[in-house]
Amino acid sequence: MNPKVHGQVVRSARAADEMLAARPAPPPISSWSIRSEAFRSKLFQLILILLLIAIGAYLFYNTTENMRLRGIQSGYGFLTQPAGFDIGETMFPYDSGNPYWKAILVGLSNTIRVALLGILFATLIGTAVGIGRFSRNALLRGLCQVYVEFFRNVPVLLQLLMWYLLLTEMLPAPNEPWVFGAGFYLSKGGFNFPLPQWAIGHASALFGFVAGLIAVGYWRRRQFQRFEQTGEAPSLWLVSSALLFVGIFAGWMFGGAPTEMRYPEMGAFAIDGGGALTPEFLAVLIGLTLYTAGFIAEVVRAGIQSVPRGQGEAAQSLGLSPSQQMRLVLLPQALRVIIPPLTSQYLNLTKNSSLAVAIGYPDVVSILNTSINQTGRAVECISIIMIVYLTTSLSTSAFMNWYNARAAIQER
Amino acid sequence: MDRYKAQVFSQVEAREAPRLEQGLIAALRTHLFGSRFSAITTLILFAVFLQTLPDFIAWALIHPVWTPDAALCKQAMGEGACWGVITEKYRVIIFGYYPYAEHWRPLLATILLLGLLVASCTRALWSKWLVLLWPLVMIAVFVILRGGWLGLSVVETDRWGGLPLTVLLATLSIVAAFPLSVIVALGRRSNMPAISAVCTVYIELIRGVPLISVLFMASFLFPLLMPTGTKIDVLLRVFIGITLFAAAYMAEVIRGGLQAIPKGQVEAAQSLGMSYWQTQRKIVLPQALAMVVPGIMNNFIGIFKDTSLVTIVSLYELTGALGLALNSDADWRPFKLEAYLFITFIYFVGCYAMSRYSLWIEAQLSRSKAR
Repeated sequence: MNPKVHGQVVRSARAADEMLAARPAPPPISSWSIRSEAFRSKLFQLILILLLIAIGAYLFYNTTENMRLRGIQSGYGFLTQPAGFDIGETMFPYDSGNPYWKAILVGLSNTIRVALLGILFATLIGTAVGIGRFSRNALLRGLCQVYVEFFRNVPVLLQLLMWYLLLTEMLPAPNEPWVFGAGFYLSKGGFNFPLPQWAIGHASALFGFVAGLIAVGYWRRRQFQRFEQTGEAPSLWLVSSALLFVGIFAGWMFGGAPTEMRYPEMGAFAIDGGGALTPEFLAVLIGLTLYTAGFIAEVVRAGIQSVPRGQGEAAQSLGLSPSQQMRLVLLPQALRVIIPPLTSQYLNLTKNSSLAVAIGYPDVVSILNTSINQTGRAVECISIIMIVYLTTSLSTSAFMNWYNARAAIQER
Repeated sequence: MDRYKAQVFSQVEAREAPRLEQGLIAALRTHLFGSRFSAITTLILFAVFLQTLPDFIAWALIHPVWTPDAALCKQAMGEGACWGVITEKYRVIIFGYYPYAEHWRPLLATILLLGLLVASCTRALWSKWLVLLWPLVMIAVFVILRGGWLGLSVVETDRWGGLPLTVLLATLSIVAAFPLSVIVALGRRSNMPAISAVCTVYIELIRGVPLISVLFMASFLFPLLMPTGTKIDVLLRVFIGITLFAAAYMAEVIRGGLQAIPKGQVEAAQSLGMSYWQTQRKIVLPQALAMVVPGIMNNFIGIFKDTSLVTIVSLYELTGALGLALNSDADWRPFKLEAYLFITFIYFVGCYAMSRYSLWIEAQLSRSKAR
């Protein structure tokens, strides 16, 4: 069999060698030629960077020019000037004579308050609805699906506006509120509820709670050790909650057992005293919670579906009850799939809380919007909004990445 | 003898016949009363339905006022809904500020747009002509709405409103954001550090802030960024804002698809001598995009819902037009809830249709994988 070179049959191996040698070497590509990939890549990047710098300089020039022409002052100096507007609800003392930075801080605290509570409730409702879609009861299953389809397919702004309407128009006036038990009032003025009068006993009760937590941690570790040795599985819940209760109760007794409560009182036009939640706060909280819960339910459902069926069947054949299967076998595996999208839902909720501006809940965006209208410093105020949300987003995703790394599969 | 007793034949009671597994009764038994817990749930839910549903049906369907009569509505308040508010105000709710006499123009524009969208979603009509049709219909819609041609009076963009504005903004933003997001997603995965850094910063920056702040930028900052004297239309500014916002989210979805393509696909394409763009266009993107259809559709639905936010920077789309129609009218203001339910229904139909369509596409795509 004669060898082939370039598809031609040649007589001998020697002839083949000659033909191979005869093939011209490809011309070397200069590292400065447009045909060199490395050069092209550098060229493109250089062009992009130059282009960005040019655009940036152009916009910067335009902005400074426009601001000079319109007489807009720039700089963050306004932050220390008095704000001059009142804020409907504040978590710490504030009045209109206080500087802008304090007003912004009030807004920030309001945003954080509604976002944290919203995340808590949305997680609870969303998880319940997501698990409910696997229920063996067709009615419950259907109800959960209707919930998800309805709340996900209507804009959140519209939902907030509707809740606000319901809370401010459909409820009775503050002088004839709905009463739930002693001291709980719901009316157009919001939700009023009794609060314990602050006393030293509450601080010691908190200490008792912390001590109880430490005791619970210690006890659980002992029980897990015992389980490893003997295989006996005790109920962890009963003793844990008893320990916590004893801790709180002991701390409370130690601090003098304060029982005085501040009850809301019905006045002529409004209900005063005690704790109060404004209709704006309630509308934002309820709206965001229910909307996000619809998305969280889908995340939870997808997570549970991602666990292979065999896992549930194996757990069943080991004799675990349905709730044990869910708690010990399915959910821990589903969590790995659930956590990344859940994080982005939390961030979405926090970002959507900025829609509060539409119904007058004084969150950070609404305060800064007022500040823009008063001072005209759009650049500065918008940059503050962006910094606030970027910090929240990036720190939340950092925390969630850390948690995700912990929950990830420990592969060998 | 005792040990052998068990072996002596003795009659065993006949086993019960297995329960019926088919039919309505059996279905009810397994799905509603399968266990004690399930039965209790069923009973509780039934009780709740019995408590609320009859009242709601009576309010919404049996006792409502259908005629646009505010006095009648006031009488029926609390017992029946006042759908009369919609018969009275639907033109303002749906068309916003647009001059009342010219309402046929936004109506025609909406029908054209929706027709184009439906045609683009119908498989039997997918052809080259459709690509040509898009710019034609867009231009037609623009001419009809804006006027100033063919004897139509000029209507400035700040008077556009209601449903046409919602549909137009959503469509334009989707059409513009999709290609941008593909470019940005490819850029983020590029080997060139400068390009991938720019794309990453863009994506993370936009995804880290709420849409409102982007819209505030569009309405407060854009005028400052442009050369002195130029005026950019507010609709255009808002459109750019929504597009930039949506593209960042969609880019992340598409990146997920790109990451799922095995490396061998790219290497095979390269060994066939394909260039970078050929590889992306013919090998990588078709597979990657097919994989993330649900995510992309979710983004489209998100854009449609997010258009409601432009009301905060005073463009009167559907949500804003509703406020426009009712806030200043003391007679009809008390019946805002009914009007809200009306536009909720419109949004719901739009979003629900999109999500059903997404399921249909998924089914089409999975058919290609089935053997």
